[in-house]
This record gives sequence, structure tokens and C-alpha cells, in this order.
Amino acid sequence: MKYEAVIGLEIHCELKTKTKIFCGCATEFGAAQNTHVCPVCLGMPGVLPTINRRVVEFGIKAGLATNCAINQYSKFDRKNYYYPDLPKNWQTSQYDLPIAEHGWVDIEVEGEKKRIRLTRIHMEEDAGKLVHSGTTIKDSTSSNVDYNRTGVPLLEIVSEPDMRSAAEARAYMEKIKAIMEYIDVSSCRMEEGNLRADINVSLRPVGSEELGTRTEMKNINSFKSLEEAINYEIERQTEVLEDGGHIIQETRTFDPVRGVTLSMRSKENAHDYRYMPEPDLPPIVTAPETIEKYRRELPELPDARRERLEKECGLSAYDAGVITASRAMAEYFDKVTATGAEAKLAANWIMSDLAKNLNAEGITIEKSPVGAERLGQMILLIMKNTISGKIAKTVFQEMWTNPASPEQIVNDKGLVQITDTGAIEKIVDEVIANNPKAVADFQGGNKKAIGALVGQVMKASKGKANPQMVNKLIAEKLG
Amino acid sequence: MKVSKEILANVAGLSRLAIAEEETTRYQEDLTKFLAYVETLNEVATENTPPTTYALPMENVFREDDVRPSLDREAALLNAPLKEDGYFKVPKVLED
Ligand SMILES: [Zn+2]
Repeated sequence: MKYEAVIGLEIHCELKTKTKIFCGCATEFGAAQNTHVCPVCLGMPGVLPTINRRVVEFGIKAGLATNCAINQYSKFDRKNYYYPDLPKNWQTSQYDLPIAEHGWVDIEVEGEKKRIRLTRIHMEEDAGKLVHSGTTIKDSTSSNVDYNRTGVPLLEIVSEPDMRSAAEARAYMEKIKAIMEYIDVSSCRMEEGNLRADINVSLRPVGSEELGTRTEMKNINSFKSLEEAINYEIERQTEVLEDGGHIIQETRTFDPVRGVTLSMRSKENAHDYRYMPEPDLPPIVTAPETIEKYRRELPELPDARRERLEKECGLSAYDAGVITASRAMAEYFDKVTATGAEAKLAANWIMSDLAKNLNAEGITIEKSPVGAERLGQMILLIMKNTISGKIAKTVFQEMWTNPASPEQIVNDKGLVQITDTGAIEKIVDEVIANNPKAVADFQGGNKKAIGALVGQVMKASKGKANPQMVNKLIAEKLG
Repeated sequence: MKVSKEILANVAGLSRLAIAEEETTRYQEDLTKFLAYVETLNEVATENTPPTTYALPMENVFREDDVRPSLDREAALLNAPLKEDGYFKVPKVLED
């Protein structure tokens, strides 16, 4: 039998507010353990939490940016469970009246567009961090708890089970990440756990409408792990079903080192969270005018920006997709083209040399030693024929460690392109004299042989001769 | 509704309460009485009353996103029965 995968994602997105969701403790990452805590987030008896206004604003904006309906009447609820990362023994979350519902985003995988529906977006508090004494939770005799993260605001973005492959799930998560970055509600740094996903995967025979038994993998915090976990789980479940077995509904952990998922706990007695309305937090009532005000404040979103780069800048769909996948890259691109640099050249430089250097050093585009302005100036030098595209690569590498202007670097290093016909002609004459075989080939009708001659001239000029002029001169001389 | 032995055991488990065997009958009876008492609310005519989730006439109580001082770590850990290196220390965590 042929099976198809049914995949749904619950994405947790940490919001970039200055303070926690219900108290004034700072949310800043990396503080010493238990220094960002107060009676409210430690769950002391008798305290009164108060909702951070920004969290509601961010929740509504996230809903609007993902085509959700905003609930004008929304409230918080208590989700009860016992785990030491929650000092209150409940997580303040939202149950039946989340801030936003019924949205969608469009994704594209291998040129095919697909709409992924969002079930809901709700606001909740993050839990603390456990440090276990052993290597895993099972062989630890005790755990240490840091409550700094407790109460950091989260949005939980729940999709419908609309994805059918790891690639679709990745594209969906990338789209959510891009949207949250664009509307500036989260830093979306996955390595810091700002953005993490719980994945549900089940299989069903192709053509069937019924959902199979699903397994869940929690806290996946990289795109690579997301794809690997899903692919492994699809393979594992296929084998179980083909052997005539049954899938057990359970939570599995993904081990990124071995690339496998392992059974963690079975969900046979499903958690009874005993949700109840939070009596300490009055409901959130949002007037339609307020919702419209937030809608007007939304910036240009990734899909619109991508379309603009395709239509107005003439970028290919692929290039526009890569450039707009991150807000920082899209803004960098806009700053490069603002210098007058040609859009296609700008896209090429960002996606090749710049991206390569950033990856090699593991830094983000915001921290690039070559800023957008300087890259723009360098591209202008190419456009003015001051340097060739090939020399530009040398200039770019130099710019990476040298803060001087590209013009300065080109002058200091003597990299200005030779456009003086006399100087080029001299080199061309030498190359023709020294390469009789290539000359004979070319004159004998093998037009491709000109490539070897051009190459020799470029080499002799240390890459500084203008290649178009070299081509033209050789063709003239041998024509 | 009569609270059965199974319901009592489940509720006690969810509340992390250990109930001795000889106490079960008494707790079953007490809880059944509580529920019966609450059920009197069903006699109120509510056909024309919109449902509510909050008892007080309040809404939109917010604070601005301004940082306020947190507790000193010493103070935060003062009441912790176990602590270690500035952490709250908890015994082995067991999943249900
Ligand atoms: Zn606090």
C-alpha cells in the first residue's frame, strides 16, 4: 500500500518584549540563573499578574499577518500540570477564546504553491529551564531549575494538518519565521530557542480522508532537525504499518546527532489539563477600530515584498524568494539597490559571495563587515567598468577585513580595470604571438578557441583587462 | 452525580493527594454532597443571560512593557527547601 504523510506543526514563538507577560521582570536572554524572577513569575501565593499590553498587540498583529480572524473577546486560562519548570503548577495559556483563529499562509515547494491553514494563535507564558544532574532526565537523581524564562511571552501558532512532506513543513516554518521577523514581534533566533516547533506526524493510505494515529516530536529548534525528524518518522511509521503493526500515539524525542526519533512516553492516558478560566486576569476586549489600527501598522509582508522584487526589480522568483525569506536580508538588499546598484547584481552578490562569507564565519547579515552601502559602491564600480566582475571578487574579500571604501581599495591595490585600448592591444599582440596553435584553430573555424586566447590575456593582465574589450580586439586582429 | 471510587482516585491523583483506603467512603460522600450543592445553580433561569467567563465587570487591565526590578536571587531562593548554585533543586522528575 502507498502511504501519505499528514503533518501539523505547533510553533512556539518567543516575543521580543522587554518584560515578561505578567510581571515586570526582564526577558533578556543569557542572564545568570534566577536573577530575572519576582513573586509573580515564581508563583508565590497572593500575587496579582497583569497582562503586558505589548503581548496583546503582538498577538493581534501576528494574527492579522497570517490572515486570521481576531477574537474581539479573548481570555486567558489555566492549563494544569505538574512539572517543576512551572512554579505555579499551571501554565497561563488560552483555551477556547484565543486571540486569533482561522488563518492561512501560502508556501511554495518546487514551484508549486500551497495554502496551509492556521487553526489558531494563542498567547501563553514560557516555562523555566531544567538542568539535570545526569545526562538525561531518566538517569538524574535531581534537577536544578532556572526560572528566568518562566513567564517570557510566547505565541503558539497551530497549523491544520495540511502538510504532506518534510519540505512542505520546512517551507511553512520558514514562512512563519519570516512573517514574525517582518512584523517585528520576535527575534526568531532558533539557536536561542526563540522559535521551536512541536511536530505531529501520521500516515494514511493515499486517497483516504481519515487521519491515522499520530506521534509528536517536541521542541525542534532547527530547520535541519525539522526535516530529519519528519523524514525519519515517515520512514519508521511506514515500516511499522507495512509489517502489519500499529502506530502508538506517543511523544518521541528527536536525537539530532543520530538523526533518529526515540519513544519518550506513551499518551495512552492523555493528559487531563483541567483548563479553567484564569480568575486573576480580566478578559481582553478589542474594538474593531483598534484591530484596524494594528492592520494599518503592519509593514510590507514577505509575499508582497517578493512580488515587488520580481515585478519592479526583475529578480527571478527563486532569487526574490531567497532574498525576502529573511527581513534582514530583504532590507540589506533594498539598501544596496538604494545606492544605484543594479538589482540583479545586488541579488547575485548577496546570495553568493556575501552569503558564503557569512556562513563560513557563522554570523548574521546584520553583523556583516561589508555593509549594504559599501557593497552597493562596489557594484557601482563594476557597472562603471572600473573593475571587472572577477576582480570584484578580490575587492570583496579585501573589503571583508579592510573597512576602507571599495574605491580606495581598488586604487591602493592597483586593481583598476585596464580599459586603455593601447595597453590591452599590447598584451593581445603578445598572446597572439605566443599561442600559434589557438590562433590557427580559431582561424580554421573553431570559434571556441578564442576563449583560450582571452584567458591568456586576462591572466597576463592579472585579471584587470576589460574582458569585452579583449574579446573584441582579438576578434578584430584575427578576423 | 455520585462520586465513584474511580473518580475519587482520579481526582486525588490529579491533585497529588494520597487518600487512605479507610477514608475513601467519607471523601466520596463529601464530594458527592459538594457537587449536589453546586448543582442547585442549575435551577437558576439563564436562558436570557449571555455566558460569561469572568465574574467582575472588568476588562483590558494592562501594564506597560517597562522593566521593573526583579528579586535578589538570595531572596528568591529563601524559601526553597533545596537549592544549589543559585538554582532551585528538585528531586528526580517522574513522568506519569
Ligand atoms: Zn517576574
